[in-house]
Amino acid sequence: MSIIRSLTLLLIALVSVLSLPAAAQEDDPGRQLLIDLAEAPASNVEEAINAIVSSGDPRARGWLEAYGNNRLSRVKNTGQVVVVLNNRGRDWEIANPLTGENMGDMSRRELDRVAINNAIRGQLEGILAMLDLSATDPDVREASAQDMMGKVNASLVEPLEARLELEESARVRNRIEEALAIYRVGEGNLEGVDVLAGSLHPRARAALNDAVRGDDPALATKAQQALGTIEQKLKLNRAAETLYFGLSLGSVLVLAAIGLAITFGVMGVINMAHGELIMLGAYTTWGMQQLLPGQPGLALILSIPAGFLVAATAGIIIERSVIQFLKGRPLETLLATFGISLILQQLVRTVISPQNRTVVTPEWMSGSLVINDALSLTLNRLYVLAFALIVFAALMMIMRRTRLGLEVRAVTQNRNMARSMGIRATRVDIMTFALGSGVAGLAGVALSQLTNVGPNLGQNYIIDSFMVVVFGGVGNLWGTLIAGLSLGTINQLLEPWAGAVLAKIIVLVFIILFIQKRPRGLFPQKGRAAEG
Amino acid sequence: MWLTRPFQERSTQLFLGILSIAMIVVVVLHLATPEGSALHVSSYTVTLLGKYLCYALLAVAVDLVWGYLGILSLGHGAFFALGGYAMGMYLMRQIGDRGTYGDPILPDFMVFLNWQELPWYWLGFDMAWFAFIMVLLAPGLLALVFGFLAFRSRVTGVYLSIITQALTFALMLAFFRNEMGFGGNNGLTDFRDLLGFNLRTDATRLGLFIATGVALAIGYVICRAIVASKLGRVSIACRDAEARARFLGYRVDRVQLFVFVVSAMLAGVAGALYVPQVGIINPSEFSPLFSIEIVVWVALGGRATLYGAVIGAILVNYAKTVFTGVMPDAWLFALGGLFVLVTVFLPKGIAGLLASRRKGKDDDSGTDDPDTATTREATA
Amino acid sequence: MSIIQELSNRDRVFEFLTPVASPVDVRHGPILYLEDVNVSFDGFRAINNLNLTIDDGELRCIIGPNGAGKTTMMDIITGKTAPDTGSVWFGSRHNLLTMNEPEIASLGIGRKFQKPTVFEALTVFENLELAMATDKRVIPTLRAVMKAEYRDRIDEVLETIGLENLRDQLAGILSHGQKQWLEIGMLLMQKPRLLLVDEPVAGMTEQEMERTAELLTSLAGKQSVVVVEHDMGFVRSIARKVTVLHQGSVLAEGSMDQVSNDPEVIKVYLGEEA
Repeated sequence: MSIIRSLTLLLIALVSVLSLPAAAQEDDPGRQLLIDLAEAPASNVEEAINAIVSSGDPRARGWLEAYGNNRLSRVKNTGQVVVVLNNRGRDWEIANPLTGENMGDMSRRELDRVAINNAIRGQLEGILAMLDLSATDPDVREASAQDMMGKVNASLVEPLEARLELEESARVRNRIEEALAIYRVGEGNLEGVDVLAGSLHPRARAALNDAVRGDDPALATKAQQALGTIEQKLKLNRAAETLYFGLSLGSVLVLAAIGLAITFGVMGVINMAHGELIMLGAYTTWGMQQLLPGQPGLALILSIPAGFLVAATAGIIIERSVIQFLKGRPLETLLATFGISLILQQLVRTVISPQNRTVVTPEWMSGSLVINDALSLTLNRLYVLAFALIVFAALMMIMRRTRLGLEVRAVTQNRNMARSMGIRATRVDIMTFALGSGVAGLAGVALSQLTNVGPNLGQNYIIDSFMVVVFGGVGNLWGTLIAGLSLGTINQLLEPWAGAVLAKIIVLVFIILFIQKRPRGLFPQKGRAAEG
Repeated sequence: MWLTRPFQERSTQLFLGILSIAMIVVVVLHLATPEGSALHVSSYTVTLLGKYLCYALLAVAVDLVWGYLGILSLGHGAFFALGGYAMGMYLMRQIGDRGTYGDPILPDFMVFLNWQELPWYWLGFDMAWFAFIMVLLAPGLLALVFGFLAFRSRVTGVYLSIITQALTFALMLAFFRNEMGFGGNNGLTDFRDLLGFNLRTDATRLGLFIATGVALAIGYVICRAIVASKLGRVSIACRDAEARARFLGYRVDRVQLFVFVVSAMLAGVAGALYVPQVGIINPSEFSPLFSIEIVVWVALGGRATLYGAVIGAILVNYAKTVFTGVMPDAWLFALGGLFVLVTVFLPKGIAGLLASRRKGKDDDSGTDDPDTATTREATA
Repeated sequence: MSIIQELSNRDRVFEFLTPVASPVDVRHGPILYLEDVNVSFDGFRAINNLNLTIDDGELRCIIGPNGAGKTTMMDIITGKTAPDTGSVWFGSRHNLLTMNEPEIASLGIGRKFQKPTVFEALTVFENLELAMATDKRVIPTLRAVMKAEYRDRIDEVLETIGLENLRDQLAGILSHGQKQWLEIGMLLMQKPRLLLVDEPVAGMTEQEMERTAELLTSLAGKQSVVVVEHDMGFVRSIARKVTVLHQGSVLAEGSMDQVSNDPEVIKVYLGEEA
């Protein structure tokens, strides 16, 4: 309520300042319009409202909203019409509707509310919408046309049709036509059905369903057909939505797994603490937001390099302190890094908190991208998807086009030969591990936007990540991408049918069986080197 | 005969001797000393020791596959839990109409979920013999199917470790579901009696403790017999040079499968003895963390020794009891640190330390150095 | 119990003293026959229309530059790698492409790897014990009992390979050359009809090499032996017939003199060496 109040006030103030100098108040036509409204007997209220609307006064919206919200009152002794800003307590805060100027508090006994009956209130919504329909911003016009769907009554048909003539934006025209068609179908009009057949709006479907149940057999049949068409479209949209969620989940899996694809796939190091490196990235985002309060967006952007550095540093420490001593002993590496993961988890629990921390989503990442009435894509997931693809592309570039990538591949294929050619294998090990760990940190930054940031964050992803890498084929970044995206999609496809937990179980069992069939994954490395 | 061979080994005689003496001491101290005496072993401690012995048997099972076959199973907790659930289902059925809802057939949680009749897979669990067979069969069958697929496709090394972990994780998720009919989150609990003995009496608890000790002894002898047989040497051959063993004509996958299934069954027995002593079985036994913890017991004790696994299991769990009592937050640090320290500084575990102490002395304990296995892993 | 067992095993007691009872059928020609075999790895053709015939009791040397496909050929024969096309027959009865490694091994094909592969955590004696031609299924292996005859046979082989003093040492402590010998010893224990020997003298002293040459030549006749070797001196000392592989197919075949005078061979192989 308070938002509406302040917006109304702002609107009135703004418009008044722009158009009317305060001195002109006495000659203000609005003054008379408001008094007419306040004094009109029940039978003439509609007339008074129409007068306000047709005056074209830009302040009209604010007045009518206040009227609809019971916020329009008259001062008993002066007869002046005022807007009530705050009606709590004994003294009410009021403002001048003409100038928007705040008039301070006044005892509620001295105020007389301008009465409104429910019939008028019902119409008022449509009338306000009509007002919005002539706004200059097409988005506002579209939104108001959408509001009008299902609320059109006989009195609105004519002004709407008139508006339709003037309207230039195709989107708004569509909306107005749909709003009109809903009314017409209700009246038994057959052509309206054709218009609604193209609409995905729930109100359109409701109108058609009413028609199917109605008395008119011709209309019912036609409406039934239209519903069929809509159902088809809805199915497509639902499929698109599932695909979107699947790709989104997949992108998360890819992000979580791609760092592992480097440390495990390229270096052959099993890092069970990979999940905790992800967790560190997520906590970096949280920490960054604590450092920069009120600027979640900036903090998030800064977290990208920071998360990478924190996780990469942790990775280097792990590599130097433990993994380098376990070279060529993958099972021991697995156990030792698992121990590290326990320590890191407990460290976060002790130092920060065992509870989840909230990471704020910046404004530009919240909300969603509306494709149509049945399909809208949440922005944060869209950003994460794009981020995953960018990280992937960057890694591909590093591995394929840079000196480091060349050295990494050389060391992987033949360590001794690479060393004898002057490549410092130890340095390459550190760099590769730092790179893989840093990418885990990036995954953490992205995940902080989608899930709770807590000590168990990493644990939840480690098994999935390994599954993705193994499924895709170890040592193959493309395989990781495709495996991640397809596993995410499969999971989402199964979910409506099997439920979230069962879907996950099915996917796990599927991978376990798949690995038995093709132990080297989807895209195995071939050749003699792989045969050993 | 291959099964009696271990009794001629000094190491086995020593192990069985120490185990029996320790058991007898506990039983005597429990029965013959008055409560409150400094020497008295309370009923609580007896049950706690019984729990350790279950873990020891589980560790021996893991050591059999990890130490001698080089298969690092991160899913042995699943076999342990399956054995435990089989026992738990029997104990549930024994409750009869003494449950909260008084249903003569349905366990409480099923009544609570409004189930009308017993699911088919609960049938037969009212009979002890059937349940005890299932204790072996359920984990054995899972190991058979999983192992058959995995070993046939030559999934070994870290790949196998990872998918065993995925297996136990999937099972955990499944058992968490109420629809599975295993009590969901809460698992199975509120047990009353086992074979007619009231589980809450001290005598039954002591009996279970002794039974666990006997099971550990039998399990140890079975593992030792396999290890000391030619099959044991073939296992080591498969561990260290799989291809060579194959070109000598051994079906490596069959060897792995046989040992894996035996190990899974032993783990199941450990789970079955564990459940009546702790009084509950729930899906947390399937958690990957538990399975990997077992591995660190073995690693600490020293793998490919069997007795090392027993030492490791008892030590780590004793430490866990102490830590979680005194400073619970520090336990995960200690456990994590243990993982790192053992793998980096003590690759042969405590048994390795003991062995190097008496170096020079000719021993027949059969510490079959698993370290050489790493050359193969490195080249693979 | 053990007496009964021994009695029931009577028929197997003298297994090692009797001639090899391999089921291979060589009445109608060669013991090993490869026809039009092709293998490629990721587009690289490791074996290219390879045709090769080994006669029963023959000692054949196979030479060729690196990457000629020698090891891959052995992988195909022993079932480690499946060819894309072609056929591989052991005698006239056994299609090797339908069998796995252990089946092929128990048919009587033994293989020594390029890098000596022995069981380092087992003693020399145990290594030979495992190689012994017995029932290699799981349960019989579990119940196997070491008998005096087996022991004698193992000792006999230990003497042949000159490791009798290291009988109870772990194989892991052997020198490179000793491991090569142990692996050859394991092949002997297997009593194969066909021995595939990959670089048997790498890392051996001149003296050890001589003994190896002696051993391999003495085997020929009773068993067929295929030797892949880089050491030309060694090949010359044992070879009766030499096959030169190049880019996955046979470039030349004949006596060492014939082959070393072949202009093609000189171009691609000996030219490099000289």
